[in-house]
Amino acid sequence: MHDKTLNGLADALATRQVSSVELTRHFLDRIKRFDPQLNSFITVTEAQALEQAAAADTARAAGKAGRLTGVPIAHKDIFCTTGVKTSCGSKMLDNFIAPYNATVVEKMNSAGLVMLGKTNMDEFAMGSSNESSFYGPVKNPWNTAYVPGGSSGGSAAAVAARLAPAATGTDTGGSIRQPASLSGITGLKPTYGRVSRWGMIAFASSLDQAGPMAQTAEDAALLLNVMAGFDERDSTSTNIEVPDYTATLNNSLEGLRIGLPKEFFGAGLDAGVEKCVQDAIREYEKLGAKIVEISLPNTHLSIPAYYVIAPAEASSNLSRFDGVRFGYRCKSPDNLEDLYKRSRGEGFGDEVKRRILIGTYALSAGYYDAYYLKAQKVRRLIKNDFDAAFAKVDVIMGPTAPHAGFKLGEKAANPVSMYLSDIYTISVNMAGLPGLSLPAGRADGLPVGLQIIGNYFDEARLLNVAHRYQQVTDWHTQLPAAFA
Amino acid sequence: MQWETVIGLEVHVQLSTQSKIFSGSRNAFGAEPNTQASLIDLGMPGVLPVLNQDAVHKAIKFGLGINAEIAPRSVFARKNYFYPDLPKGYQISQYELPIVGKGFVDITLEDGTVKRIGVTRAHLEEDAGKSLHEDFHGQSGIDLNRAGTPLLEIVSEPDMRSAEEAVAYLKAIHSIIRYLDISDGNMAEGSMRCDCNVSVRLKGEEKFGTRREVKNVNSFRFVEKAINVEAQWQIDELESGRKIQQCTVLYDSAKNETRAMRSKEEANDYRYFPDPDLLPVEITENMINTMRATLPELPAQKIERFMGELELSEYDARVLAADRAVADYFEQVVKESGAKPKQAANWVSGDLLGALNKNDLSIEQSPVSAAQLAGLIKRIVDNTISGKIAKQVFEELWSNGGTADSIIESKGLKQETDTGAIEAIVDQVIASSPDQVAQYLAADEIKRKKLIGYFVGQIMKLSKGKANPQLVNDILAKKLI
Repeated sequence: MHDKTLNGLADALATRQVSSVELTRHFLDRIKRFDPQLNSFITVTEAQALEQAAAADTARAAGKAGRLTGVPIAHKDIFCTTGVKTSCGSKMLDNFIAPYNATVVEKMNSAGLVMLGKTNMDEFAMGSSNESSFYGPVKNPWNTAYVPGGSSGGSAAAVAARLAPAATGTDTGGSIRQPASLSGITGLKPTYGRVSRWGMIAFASSLDQAGPMAQTAEDAALLLNVMAGFDERDSTSTNIEVPDYTATLNNSLEGLRIGLPKEFFGAGLDAGVEKCVQDAIREYEKLGAKIVEISLPNTHLSIPAYYVIAPAEASSNLSRFDGVRFGYRCKSPDNLEDLYKRSRGEGFGDEVKRRILIGTYALSAGYYDAYYLKAQKVRRLIKNDFDAAFAKVDVIMGPTAPHAGFKLGEKAANPVSMYLSDIYTISVNMAGLPGLSLPAGRADGLPVGLQIIGNYFDEARLLNVAHRYQQVTDWHTQLPAAFA
Repeated sequence: MQWETVIGLEVHVQLSTQSKIFSGSRNAFGAEPNTQASLIDLGMPGVLPVLNQDAVHKAIKFGLGINAEIAPRSVFARKNYFYPDLPKGYQISQYELPIVGKGFVDITLEDGTVKRIGVTRAHLEEDAGKSLHEDFHGQSGIDLNRAGTPLLEIVSEPDMRSAEEAVAYLKAIHSIIRYLDISDGNMAEGSMRCDCNVSVRLKGEEKFGTRREVKNVNSFRFVEKAINVEAQWQIDELESGRKIQQCTVLYDSAKNETRAMRSKEEANDYRYFPDPDLLPVEITENMINTMRATLPELPAQKIERFMGELELSEYDARVLAADRAVADYFEQVVKESGAKPKQAANWVSGDLLGALNKNDLSIEQSPVSAAQLAGLIKRIVDNTISGKIAKQVFEELWSNGGTADSIIESKGLKQETDTGAIEAIVDQVIASSPDQVAQYLAADEIKRKKLIGYFVGQIMKLSKGKANPQLVNDILAKKLI
């Protein structure tokens, strides 16, 4: 059963080839069997999953099943889930049982999806390798000596190894697309505002966006149908109609204008990765697309600007973790200041502390104009670059990451080289655009992702473009041998 | 040396919205701790603020009430600092782009001159919770009911030159927010709080002195005392050759002194930046006009109308218009009693407000309603009772309620207007006072005016105050020839 896509499982449930309880057991068994090698889950909610599955079967028997009723899914541990530990990959929230559901979780529950558990992630979504998790690193199913990418590395690895048919992720600078690329799955970061952030623990509020991580574009479309939509509890969510993302999957790509930014193919790009991307572009040409060379001249500023804005927002967002009301509190504090210092000092990991320090510095009196304000101006320039590009092309393509997977520990000691892993994804967050990564080959035996960037709220086209590629290629159907 | 005090005020007003500024929790004073705190007020991971439009409307109303510019676009910012009663580790406030821009308030000084006090800005923000230090034996309790209460912070220009001016300004702001019904303005409950920026300089000096900020003063009286004591302290310091250090001070009302809390160097760097969870507040001309149409008559306009249309003295007009509820009360009394506004004004500002003050009651708590007082004055107007008897009826209304008519009836206070009956009493008094009559007849015009009082007094005594004074005078005049 686990070799089926989400769509395939939905069919199997609809035609009663399998019950939700059977399906859920199957994936729970796989998690038990394989996850010790991967560490992709922080919490497995077995009892609750079986209850949800039984309820899904009852609903189906009563003729009340929707398209995804009874299909199992995993949620990144950044989404609040009522009564279930929501750790955000941090010691700080190791004891935090969320008292409410995130909108994304609520919508998935309403659609009848069964939650298998909560997936591992970089601490507070800060990382590109999943090594900053308090719960230990996640391994890449294609080679367990390698990282799966991050921060949604648990979701990516779980889907790649088919421990879950699909999962949710969040993407602040590439945290859905980069692990999707490194783990060989399809991941979509929607337009900022397309999916509600309510209940999603904030890293950088102006950049964070939730999205689906799945085997195929079609599965991602099915999930986005459930996830997307205006939420009055999130002032930054956008009140525009949600199309049926599956309806346009098969649209022809004849005449599609694909922009290739020259800045995405320069120094620093691994040759093996570049070859995969070029091969994929050729497939698109065969499908009738036209290639247009474009320029996004401010791409090189995206990482420095991002590493001002994201840490600045994070330094403020993470202030609520103070040991006073919830989360980690140090033992026997001497006084209030000691409580703050030690709770935060002991509760946060190094990468989180590093970013809090950077962000606090960037916002400090006397530095604000030089850093934060300047970075916001750069952000505007990056957006302008994309606006100009989308006047000429329908989608932009390039590599998702400059490399295939890297080894555990390889970049852990060098934060800047780690940050460069997101060089092609970050500008998309800075502009608030939707971006998708899909498997497009291998380099040194490890998966390589092709990134497709769309205009605002053009997710349907991204999914269409990805889906047509997946109709003529089979990278997305491949499963690491050890997890077959 | 001649010193001059320079004062600017920062007034925090809690807006009387149904729910909090960024959450749906109820916004009310006095509930059990933490019973009005939602996930959002607790700053739970993953929660997001949503702006309460009513708070925006109330801020716009205030802006219009002080003739200020309303910003077409204002932005919420985060003010970052750690404190246990600040759940998110930051307060959502407005910084560079406040909703209300420059405006002004006119105050009247004791000598009657009008002074214009500039308002620099007013911005929306959320209140913090409260730390409770009693009852927890070495620990502190935190009550987050107040967290997220909408506040309007009104910042004045340093335009005031005495504690009296500061209080007059504060009272004017109080009056405006009450008129606009945007806050109950209750200082004792913290609905209106005041920080006073005080500095002194030599008279004639152009440059401002170094200011110290007296935090959280919670009554008009304390504002006056705190400013005076702070200004005097600064003068003493300067005269002793010391310098003033900029800092925040607390006013201790028990000792009537100000004490430094933290210096500028120790002050927080709040690291303000625009809150990415909230969109900028866009206010259209249309919206402003809609709000303008809902504005009530404001104190300044009301005073003008009271003086013009109702021919009240400026003093009466100011006293009655200072509080919207008092003004409404007064206008109802005028309307229902049919009395001249001046007469109604005397009753409301004199008898009623006097009694309320004496008993420490607000107009809303008055035991005598406007309708009751109007019913009483009506009987003076139609000569059923005299003004003197009316005071008696008022006291009865105050203590035991009822209507003026029922009291007049049951106590037999109706004025005697039967000419024959009064004549009989007059005759009786004249007959029993031959000496006084002789004296009166021998006196000149001026002395007679004094002597006639004796007869009126005797007649009133015999009639138990009920004889119509006009009739008594007329009859006496005829008989004492």
